[in-house]
Order: sequence, then C-alpha cells, then structure tokens
Amino acid sequence: MTDAEIQIKEMQANKGNDIIHQWLKQHQLTPFQFQEQAWTAILNGQSGLINAPTGCGKTYSVFLGALMQFIQNNPKNWESKKNNGLQLLWITPLRALAKDIGRAMEEVIEQLGLPWKVAIRNGDTSTAERAKQKKQMPEVLIITPESLHLLLTQKNYPNYFNSLKILVVDEWHELMGSKRGVQTELAISRIAHCTNHLQVWGISATIGNLVEAKNVLLSPLKKEGIIIKAQIDKPIEVHTIIPNEIDDYPWAGHLGIKLAHTLIPIIAESKTTLIFINTRGMSETWYQTLLTVAPELAGAIALHHGSIEQELRLWVEDALHTQKLKAVVCTASLDLGVDFRPVDTVIQVGSPKGIARFLQRAGRSGHRPGEISKIYFLPTHSLELVEAAALKTALIEGNVESKNPLLLCFDVLLQYLCTLATGEGFNAKKIYEEVKSTHCFADMQEQEWQEILQHITTGGNALQAYDDYKKVEIIDGIFKITSRRIAMRHRMHIGTIVSDAMLKVKFLSGGYIGVIEEYFISRLTPGDVFTLAGRTVELVMIKEMTVLVKKSTAKKSLIPAWMGGRMSLTANLGAVLRRTFSAALTPTAGIELKSLEQLFLLQKQLSHIPQHHELLIEQIENKDGYHLLVYPFEGRQVHEALSAILAYRIAQIQPMSFSISMNDYGFELLSDSPIPVDDSNVRELFSANHLLQHIQQSINNTEMAKRKFRDIAVIGGLIFQGMPGEKTKAKHLQSSASLLFKVFEEFDSNNILLRQAYNEVLEQQMDEVRLRMALQRIAESTIVLRFPKKLTPLSFPIVVDGLNRNNLSSEKLEDRIKKMQQQLS
Amino acid sequence: MSVPLLHIIHDQHFWLSPQRSIYWEEEKTLIVSDTHFGKTGHFRKSGIAVPQQVYKEDLQRFFSLAFELKPERILVVGDFFHSTVNEEHNLFLKWKYDFKALQITLIKGNHDILSNSWYENAGIQLFEHLYTIGSFSFQHDPAENDKAQNENSFIFSGHMHPGIQMKGIGKQSLRFPCFYFTKNQCILPAFSKFSGLAIVKPKKQDQVYAIADENIIKLA
Repeated sequence: MTDAEIQIKEMQANKGNDIIHQWLKQHQLTPFQFQEQAWTAILNGQSGLINAPTGCGKTYSVFLGALMQFIQNNPKNWESKKNNGLQLLWITPLRALAKDIGRAMEEVIEQLGLPWKVAIRNGDTSTAERAKQKKQMPEVLIITPESLHLLLTQKNYPNYFNSLKILVVDEWHELMGSKRGVQTELAISRIAHCTNHLQVWGISATIGNLVEAKNVLLSPLKKEGIIIKAQIDKPIEVHTIIPNEIDDYPWAGHLGIKLAHTLIPIIAESKTTLIFINTRGMSETWYQTLLTVAPELAGAIALHHGSIEQELRLWVEDALHTQKLKAVVCTASLDLGVDFRPVDTVIQVGSPKGIARFLQRAGRSGHRPGEISKIYFLPTHSLELVEAAALKTALIEGNVESKNPLLLCFDVLLQYLCTLATGEGFNAKKIYEEVKSTHCFADMQEQEWQEILQHITTGGNALQAYDDYKKVEIIDGIFKITSRRIAMRHRMHIGTIVSDAMLKVKFLSGGYIGVIEEYFISRLTPGDVFTLAGRTVELVMIKEMTVLVKKSTAKKSLIPAWMGGRMSLTANLGAVLRRTFSAALTPTAGIELKSLEQLFLLQKQLSHIPQHHELLIEQIENKDGYHLLVYPFEGRQVHEALSAILAYRIAQIQPMSFSISMNDYGFELLSDSPIPVDDSNVRELFSANHLLQHIQQSINNTEMAKRKFRDIAVIGGLIFQGMPGEKTKAKHLQSSASLLFKVFEEFDSNNILLRQAYNEVLEQQMDEVRLRMALQRIAESTIVLRFPKKLTPLSFPIVVDGLNRNNLSSEKLEDRIKKMQQQLS
Repeated sequence: MSVPLLHIIHDQHFWLSPQRSIYWEEEKTLIVSDTHFGKTGHFRKSGIAVPQQVYKEDLQRFFSLAFELKPERILVVGDFFHSTVNEEHNLFLKWKYDFKALQITLIKGNHDILSNSWYENAGIQLFEHLYTIGSFSFQHDPAENDKAQNENSFIFSGHMHPGIQMKGIGKQSLRFPCFYFTKNQCILPAFSKFSGLAIVKPKKQDQVYAIADENIIKLA
C-alpha cells in the first residue's frame, strides 16, 4: 500500500467520511481517486490546488470534504446544529456558475438532512437577500471576487468570517493572470486573518504552470500545500468546417457568416449545441443569421452574453439544463465550468487563440466521464483554416499555455485600501504585512506603499494650500473614509473588469433590453437602427445614461462593436502555426491546408510562403503609401512590441512617421515615404542589441501605455462614471482616460498610476524575455525579403484592419503638418 | 512661429496666440473661453486625485497674458469656473487681487453655476447670455447663435472645445485644439489644458488655426 492509500484507509474510520460514503453508495456514485485524495487532505487540515477538468466532480472534491469535516467536528449533533455561521466560502469568477454550483450543493445537503444553508451573492443578488445574509450568514456562500470585496466595505465584516473553515477559489486558472486574480489574492490575505487556521483550496483546469498557480494562491497563508491531479483522459474529436469556395484574399470576419448554413445539420443532429463566438458583437450577428438561414429554429435557439439582461440570461441557463434549447450562441460568458448535461456538441467560430481555451471549450460538450467531447471549428477567414490544422497538432502534443500572475497592480491595491477604509477602516502597519504576504505585492517597496497611502489621503503630494482633496482620512491611526458620498461612490466602482461606459437600453414604451457601450452609441444619430440582444431597434434618443429605442423592421442594422475581446494568439499556438505553414503545398498538407491551395499558390506567385525557419518581409507600394510587412507569427501582443521597436529603429535612420497595424500572424509599418529596409541593414534592425533601451524609448512613442492607463484609471478610481440621482455635479466629475493620461504626462509624470501603465506595457506587452526569445529565433532564421507588386494574401488582413493602429514618429510636428497640408493640396 | 497670428474682421485686428487667447487690438481686450477654473479642485474634493498643477499652470498663463499684454479687460466667453466653490477659487482670488485695474467680464456658460454674489465679490462683471460691442457679440454656446444674429454681426463663442484632425498619406493623423472661424462666427479653443477636444469638420470657406505645442498654425 502506498502512503496515500494508507491515509485513505485511516480516514475511512472517520464518521464524516462514513456518512458521505454511505450517501455516495445510496446514489450509486463511485468516487474518483482524486476526490478521495482531496477529502483526506481536507480532513488533515491541508490547503492546496485541485487540477481537474469540468464535469468530473471537482465541486464534490472540496464540497464533500467540507461536509465530512463538519460532521467529524460535530459527531453528535451535526443533524440538528443550525446557524453555524459561514463554514465554506466559494469564490467563482462567473455569476452563471454560482447558481449551478449552489443547486448541486443544496441537493446533497437536503438528502443528508444537514441543516445547512447555501446562498449566492453577486451583482444579481437582491437587497432583501443581502439583508438576510447580514443578519445570519449561511453556512455556504458562493460569491464573485467583486462581491467579496463589496462585503469588505461593511462594518463588522470580520464577524462574517470568524467561523470560516475553508475558502475555495473555483476556476483559479481563469482568475490568475487577471486583475480579478489580484483582487482574490488580496481578499484571501485579509480573510485569513479574520479566522483561525483557514484552509484555502484552488480548483484549476490544466495550465502550464500549476505549481506556480498553487503558490500564488497559498502565498498569504505562507503554506506549501499540495497539488491533487485528476487522472482523467477525455477524448476530443475536432472537425473543421471547410468552405466550398475560398477567396484568394482572406477578409477578417466575412467568411464565417457565409458558412452559417453548414451549422444547421450539426445543430439538428445534436441534442444541444453551444456556439462560441469571440465577441459580443459577432454573437448578435450570428444569432440573427442563424434565424434567417433556418427560421424553424425560432424559439429553439438563444443568445447568451455579458450584456444581456440578467433575467434572460438566467432563463437561457435554465433552459440549457432542461434541454429546452437546441442551440445557444454565446461568448466567453459560458466559457467556464457550467455543467450543462444536455450539451453534446460545441462549435467554435473563429480562432480560439490558444490551446488551453480550445481545450476548455471542447470540454463543454460530453460532460460525463466516458463521453467524447465533440468540437467543430468554423473559420471566420480563410487563414484560420491553418490555425485549425495547427490546433489539431497542438492537441496531440498537449503543450498547454501557462497563465502568468500579475505583479504590483497598484490600481487594484488603491481600490482595495479604499474598500477597507470604507468599512472598518484599517491599520496601515497591519495591512502592509498582509498585502506583502500576497504574491502580487511581495516585491513592493516601502516607498511605493507610502506613495499609495499618500495618494488616498492627500491626493498625491504633501498637503498644500488651496487644495481640499478628500478621500481617506487618518483618525486615531485608522485609515477611514468618512464621507458617505465618497463611500457610496466607491462601493459602486468596486471591480477590475473595465469596459467602456455602459448605457442602459430601454424601449420608449418601457421594457429593458440590455446595455451598450457608450463608444458605439455615441457614433449613432436618432433614426439609426442597431441590433441588441437579438432585437432590431431604432435609436430615438439618449436621456440621462439611458438609450431610448423603438422596435424596427429595417432589414439592415448596425451591430454594436465591443472594444474589448481582442485576444492575442499564444506563443505555444504560434509555434505550431509556423510549422503548419511550412506544410502548405506539400504532400503532407492536411485537409485544411489543401483547401487553401489557391490562396497559397497566389502567395507563392506574388511573394513567398514562409517556412518555419524563415522570417518573411514584404515591401509593397500602393496609393496608401509604403507598406513594410513582417510575419513572425508570434501573436498580436508580441507583434505590437516588435513593431514599435522596429519602427523606432528605422526612425533613427531618418526622420519618419509610421502608422502600425498588426494581427496574430504579422505586422505592418506604413509610411508616406519609402522605408529604408534592405539586405544591408535588416539583420541589424532585428538584433537583440540595446533591446531594453529601445523598448523603453519606443513605448514612450506609442499608444500602448495610454491604452493600459484606461483600465488603471477606472480601477484606481480616477474615472467616475456618474450614478443615478446625481445630475449636474456628477457631470462635472467626468473626464476621459486619454485626457487624464495627457494631464498626468504633462503635470505629474511620476504619478504611481502612470508609472504602472508604463510598467504594464513593459512587463505584459513588452515582456523582455519573450521578445529576446523572438529576436533570438529571428536571428537564427533566414530572412526572406520580397517586393510584391500588389497586396499578398498574407498581408491583406493586416493592411485592411484599421483598428488599433499605433503611431510612431521621429519627424518634427511642424514638418508633419506642412507635409499633410501639401498632400492635401 | 510662436508669435501670435493676425486675423482681421470688419477692419478690426484680432491676434490669435498659441496660449489659447485672442487679443483685440482696438479694444485692448483679451478674449478667452472655457477656462474651467477650479476643475481639478472639484475632482480632488470628490476623492479623485488629478494633479492640481494643471490648474496652476492655466491660472499662471491667464495672468501672465494679463501682465504681458496689459489689456484693459479680459472677456471670458463662458465656463470661467467649472463647478461649485472649492479651495482653488481662493487661489484665483489671490492672483486677481494683484491685478486691481484689470476688468474681467464673464458671459455665463453652462458650467458657471456660482451665485451672482460670488462673482460680485470677486469683482467680475456678469452677463447672463449675450454681450455686444458694436457689431461684435459674445455668447457661450455657438448653437444658440442663429436667433440673435444679423448679417453684419460677428459672434465669439466657446463651449465646444474645438479641435482639428489632420490626415496625411500612410494613415497619418494628428489632432490639435484650434480657433474655428466661419463667416460670422469664431469658436475659441478651451483655455484649460484639462479639457478634451470636439473635432470640427470645417467647410471650404471656414478658417482654422491649429495650436501645435507652442505654435499657432493657419491651416489652408
């Protein structure tokens, strides 16, 4: 017998263990080995990370352990002991998950006859329910990171947690690597000090850095913890939908919709199908198109994304459980572990951008052990067929991406400190120790901490005359927010998911439809028709943060474009993709590559098909100017950094201005004059010499920091989006992130939030290690320079994609204006 | 190019400066708009830590124009102060005290919500909507102009924070604050640097002066 087996044997002598195993037997359930291991560890008082795919009982692995522990600790009266206070805190990233998990837990509790209560707390929870929880905390609370922080703004919040035994972070792989993960780390650092011997358990799908994931989660506990892995292999079947006709030139977004009819038989043959679309805007289009192609599906398909009204969303989720729907068009809103049993088919529209995400989405189908996960890949432009081929290879190789935890997110820290100041208030020394115990802030300098405290108490600098800055005050050594108005405003702004300012959309006659980004609506004029939540409506007017509309029968309508949602191809998938391209026009080409033969022939005839050991560079002149196209296949994010550095280096040769565009395959520098790149200098332009210096100089010249600052300004509380009932005064507090960025740049360039924006670019976008690796690879590659007569198939999507352009210039402003004026005349 | 540019209307000389002001030579009058004084203070009072330095620089620029050009008065075409009173208003009053002879006239804008007595105590002359000198009128919101206007009158306004976007080959694009002249109207750029831009689309007969860093440039 192994040690683990001995331990399991010992635990079977345990009362909690007995009762739960009896219950399992009654319901013909056989525990998996990883569940038994988790229960043992929980009963031993350990913390750790459970790595298990969805639908394999990962919820039970911790939840039943918590029940065992409770029964074990109360062997005589566990069946009658009521109002035990909070025992299990379950943090989940998605509201949709909460309901599902709660239901599963309640079932078990009821059948066991345990007098426990399960409650959910998130943005959808009613005030009445919140008040009830305040009076008597349930034994199990399922909560989002945002709502958990909101709980910390209440007086006496430590009392809620003093009975807490186990804190669970579900879908930790999804939270880690985002600012919500940092929020979670901070919450754990606080709650761990509100109770004795807190156990923390993370649940994570497979990622490349599981050990790090565990260490980040447990960092505030200062414990090693264990990793428990479920050894469950679930077969995945990938089918690529190959279009009959392929244009020689791929145009982003067009191909997919034309293929909508191919989905109808797939939907018909399946019990329930989930159709994953990468953006909310496209999901609206798809929903409409499917109904047009197959009107008989009306009533049997639904739409699910983050901007849809809650009631409707909940209805869709319910209908999914009860197999009332044939298909649901969704975004990442249904990405995570919801266990919708009837789902047996998944369709991925457009590139999933990474191996892990593709795996996870595939896993949404064929939930039960032993079933096969079936996923169809539908390309939205023809080059995505290459990605489909690459994904198939990647699945076999199983090289899943890592998630990198964020470091020193001062915007989140600022918000957290204001959260604590809103509720109980905090003691700076004590909280400093707690914050330092998190992985995110372990390397924070004492001076940075002082700057943060200064920011919230005096607004940045030492108190000055003619300044009545007011936010956090220090009263008897306790940092507190005393103004009710500021406290209320802070509560409304807790969270780290930043989207554009959102406006509610309502019918003139009443009736709420959903929310829409201000950015989109601001470009419309009354009378314009757009689509939201699957309905076609006409804009009547905008009144006090509400968009009033009426029904429309117009055939053509605008689809809201959501700014977010542009993911970058991961390095892992990029590497496979480069190898896949090499197979084009060779006998080893798979079905996907074969279908692209015409496109590759044109690419070859005009230019060259890049092989995996090559870097292709194309220079094309047309009426727009001079294009320099480079194809490293490293993903949008790396390309943004590489293109900035390259532009910076070329601009050092002679004064030049560039407009820069990129996609996952390559990037483009566009200029109004010939770009001096040739055999003689191309190696030098891509060298790793002076890399750090050039990174720093080039980010100062681009929009990247400005874009990062947008989120930071909202999370850090600099942007105030107004709240109901506050009219004129709220309007007087509005400003845009780009204006604030300009003002800080000019007047307070050392500001800690501004510095963070640049640091985020350096660390996340301009990751020096990753860039060095890319440049190293390029240095070892053959560089192929081509001068095509016209745009090539590879260049086309980059050149036509005008969104997200960066600019870099080394010309004098006056010269640029003069040149533009001459060009106009 | 850092020198002011001359723009003549009805034989009167108007000097446009990159400091976002117009000097009317014949009347010895300085015209500005949308100073939004006290805006940073209003934000800071509400717990939003924007740097106060931007206000201090605006204020300094305002009074150094008064010092250098020695105008007999300054006309503010609305949005002089951003919102309700805060400490920053006292800093304005302190500066104002050193320019006793300077007459400041405000044509109220939508942000000017202070009580009339406050302006009175500060020695600021007030006009609710419109102020006229000869054939020249001053009014905050350019959209309200049509009614009052006759053929020969010329109106100075603000409110919009006009900006101009220039485009060139190679998808080049630049944006600047600007003075925007139509046949009968001039819209001034916002004086405050803590203000955004509303991009205007000039017609052929319109004239635009862009403010690029420290320079003012007439666009064709």
